[in-house]
Amino acid sequence: MSIVTVQLGQCGNQIGHEVFSAVCSDVHGTHGLCSKEENESYHDACKERFFCQEESEVPVARAVLVDMEPKVISQTLSVAARSGCWKYGDRSHFCQKQGSGNNWANGYSVHGPRHKEAIMNLVQKEAEKCDRLGGFFTIMSMAGGTGSGLGAFVTQCLRDAFPTSFILNHVIWPYGTGEVIVQNYNSVLTLSHLYQSSDALLVHENDVIHKICTQLMNIKQISFRDVNQVIAHQLGSVFQPTYTAEGGSHYSRNPLGDLMETLVPHPEFKMLGLRNIPQMPENFLAYSTFSWPGLIKHLRQMLIANAKMEEGIDWQVRPPQPGSSSHPTNKPLHFNTSIANLVILRGKDTHSVDLGSFRDPSLYTSWLNPQDAFNAWRTPRAFNKYEKSAAVVGKAWNMFASKAYVHQYTKFGIEEEDFLDSFTALEQVISSYSIL
Amino acid sequence: MTQSVVVQVGQCGNQVGCRFWDLALREHAAVNKKGIYDEALSSFFRNVDTRSGGDGPDIYKGKICSLKARALLIDMEEGVVNEILQGPLRDVFDSKQLITDVSGSGNNWAVGHKLYGCQYRESIVEKLRKAAEHCDCLQCFFIIHSMGGGTGSGLGTFVLSLLEEEFPEVYRFVTSVYPSGEDDVITSPYNSVLAMKELNEHADCVLPIENESLFDIVNKIHQMVNSGKLGSTVKQKSLVTSSAGGAKAVQKPFDAMNNIVANLLLNLTSSARFEGSLNMDLNEISMNLVPFPRLHYLVSSLTPLYTLADVNVPSRRLDQMFSDAFSRDHQLIQADPKHSLYLACALLVRGNVQVSDLRRNIERLKPSLQFVSWNQEGWKTSLCSVPPVGHSHSLLALANNTCVKPTFMELKDRFLKLYRKKAHLHHYLHIEGMEQSCFSEAVASLSDLIEEYNELDATKGGPRTDPSRLKIAV
Repeated sequence: MSIVTVQLGQCGNQIGHEVFSAVCSDVHGTHGLCSKEENESYHDACKERFFCQEESEVPVARAVLVDMEPKVISQTLSVAARSGCWKYGDRSHFCQKQGSGNNWANGYSVHGPRHKEAIMNLVQKEAEKCDRLGGFFTIMSMAGGTGSGLGAFVTQCLRDAFPTSFILNHVIWPYGTGEVIVQNYNSVLTLSHLYQSSDALLVHENDVIHKICTQLMNIKQISFRDVNQVIAHQLGSVFQPTYTAEGGSHYSRNPLGDLMETLVPHPEFKMLGLRNIPQMPENFLAYSTFSWPGLIKHLRQMLIANAKMEEGIDWQVRPPQPGSSSHPTNKPLHFNTSIANLVILRGKDTHSVDLGSFRDPSLYTSWLNPQDAFNAWRTPRAFNKYEKSAAVVGKAWNMFASKAYVHQYTKFGIEEEDFLDSFTALEQVISSYSIL
Repeated sequence: MTQSVVVQVGQCGNQVGCRFWDLALREHAAVNKKGIYDEALSSFFRNVDTRSGGDGPDIYKGKICSLKARALLIDMEEGVVNEILQGPLRDVFDSKQLITDVSGSGNNWAVGHKLYGCQYRESIVEKLRKAAEHCDCLQCFFIIHSMGGGTGSGLGTFVLSLLEEEFPEVYRFVTSVYPSGEDDVITSPYNSVLAMKELNEHADCVLPIENESLFDIVNKIHQMVNSGKLGSTVKQKSLVTSSAGGAKAVQKPFDAMNNIVANLLLNLTSSARFEGSLNMDLNEISMNLVPFPRLHYLVSSLTPLYTLADVNVPSRRLDQMFSDAFSRDHQLIQADPKHSLYLACALLVRGNVQVSDLRRNIERLKPSLQFVSWNQEGWKTSLCSVPPVGHSHSLLALANNTCVKPTFMELKDRFLKLYRKKAHLHHYLHIEGMEQSCFSEAVASLSDLIEEYNELDATKGGPRTDPSRLKIAV
């Protein structure tokens, strides 16, 4: 089953490129200890999922690149083609000249309707190339104009054109101290619109990934490329082929559907978070050993204590004991209640992982051949997104109350009522989560 | 890739503009080694085959034949423009993109705006249309002028309102040189305030510049270069005031100061022309830095002013660059943004700087700056990979800050001093179309602007009362 990726805006295109690179290098990496057939079936499943094999030997990514200005797309296309392992389709991109100016209204109300047909044609062509369409995966940022505004519009169009397909939106939450001044407005508007048309929203925060880069990856001068590679690694560890609980002998044929099924039982709760363990730079691999119990224990605590990486976890946080009175040291407020969890394990089963099989050029270790099953734990799902959403909505509301920047949006057709609608929708989501 | 057209009006405008084109050519020559006409070049230059008499169609790809600037040169006296056309840059300008007259505007805004405006309106519109037609996707007009004189101030603002009428969708960025207190033109307060009204109403973004600040910066560099410290040699090309490497051989008196303004414009457009990991287009500047339509005055500062030729530059210098951008003596107007209220701030970084350096410096500098209550994290950042000539990295900081208020208040005071006595008023009033009400409206517009800044300042430092959020019935 194939996934069609739609990369929107500068952020979306840069990340999308890293994702495909990472997937490709994983497939081509040597993996010592699994059998050859295993390797081959992994290759085939992965290729079918993400790439389209045409007559030329180089696989073509199943992706549509959209941006309102040409620089990023041309850079992405050329870097991909130069790698020699894979490339993008020659005609699967759409770009304009002027950009969206960080203006959500420009992306949504002006560029969206104007270019709807052209973009949807490209998506349709990609979808037709798939034998079985597994769904759509869109990558965008929330702070800018194209990714956020045009992204929200395109998601809506996808929902209208493919009502029975799964749509997973991957959104990047901007740095708290700002990359774009109106990012809070853009984020609020994007989230409220995406919530209606998408099946699930997978969120990555720039702040958190940055911390992972500094503390775990030991990178001194972090560039956006490093950040994107971390994100790509995490995404890859979710989307690479695995066995589901039912089909024990062949790879899952419906990755997005399975994901939705396990993680989004209720349409009100669509936000997903991702935690990956272990994460470290490539040259540390030679000096590290892992054991499954240790990894699992850390991962569980990361989940409960709302930590995103394995350093600095608050081990004091425990799930509430049934029937206990509120204890001052218990800190029940910081405990993460989950709606659904999905744990994906990759690698050798019981003994320490064999270091010879780590040949992962893209820095991390969780990507080994899946020898092992993929377990689904059903516990109430993470709602840590709530704290973040409240912060963004709070800031955006302050700005809105003083009517700052609103004239920039009304210029392109978004009125104050639209803002109010978005705020209302998000407050609703936040309150549903906080009741959990 | 989008194109921009530069309109240079008056003596000051044309002199600054001339420096701008010289430095633009120098920058592109440093980046574009193969002589291919690429998209970055097309943002400011056209590629024409001049062998067919200069009227040939534009060449969009391939080798560079002859570059023509996308510019319109306007001056009501011939001296400055003639000098440009006889200098080394004569081939860059299309002879049809000029509008000149003989007698000048006599430092009289009314002559520039009303008299010459009416007279040359058709011609200006026609040439603007021509320039716009040569552009594939026109995004922005840059107007360079001074506020104190007659042509730059009067005719320049006339062109601004024309641009709004004829090309409403295209952004209008205005670089205005404001007169200082000891300006030698007596009527400069009148000219400036009358022009301010036009800027308030018709410009998208204004970058005010004061000659005093430029002069201070030039002096500082001069001292640095001539102090002769052992082991610290300054790269000539890196001076923000230098024309080294450009077409001009001899530097004239105002050239150093004008080079600073030219560098400002180049850095402003760098992220739109060259690639980077976090691009920022020109429409994003207006979008992010202008919270309310009338408050569109941006204080700018450029760092570093020079680069040492010493190769072992520790990264401490990078942090120093960020600190400098917020210091009083690097600003291009006489203002101190650190002690005033920030509405928004943009950092345009060029060169080998990564996002972690940017983050670290923002975190470091934030506590010492005061931001307005509803925009506490109001930073817009952009990273462009191509550094300017002679530097490995550079920073342009644009701030929408209430520190422009004192400049405007002084301007208003000087205006009122003359206006109360009705001094020199008759020169203006006998121009057809000019009435006393023009003056009172202009000063009222300026007062309103100052009042808006005052209201924002009043919120500074007070207790933060966030408006209560929407409540959901459970």
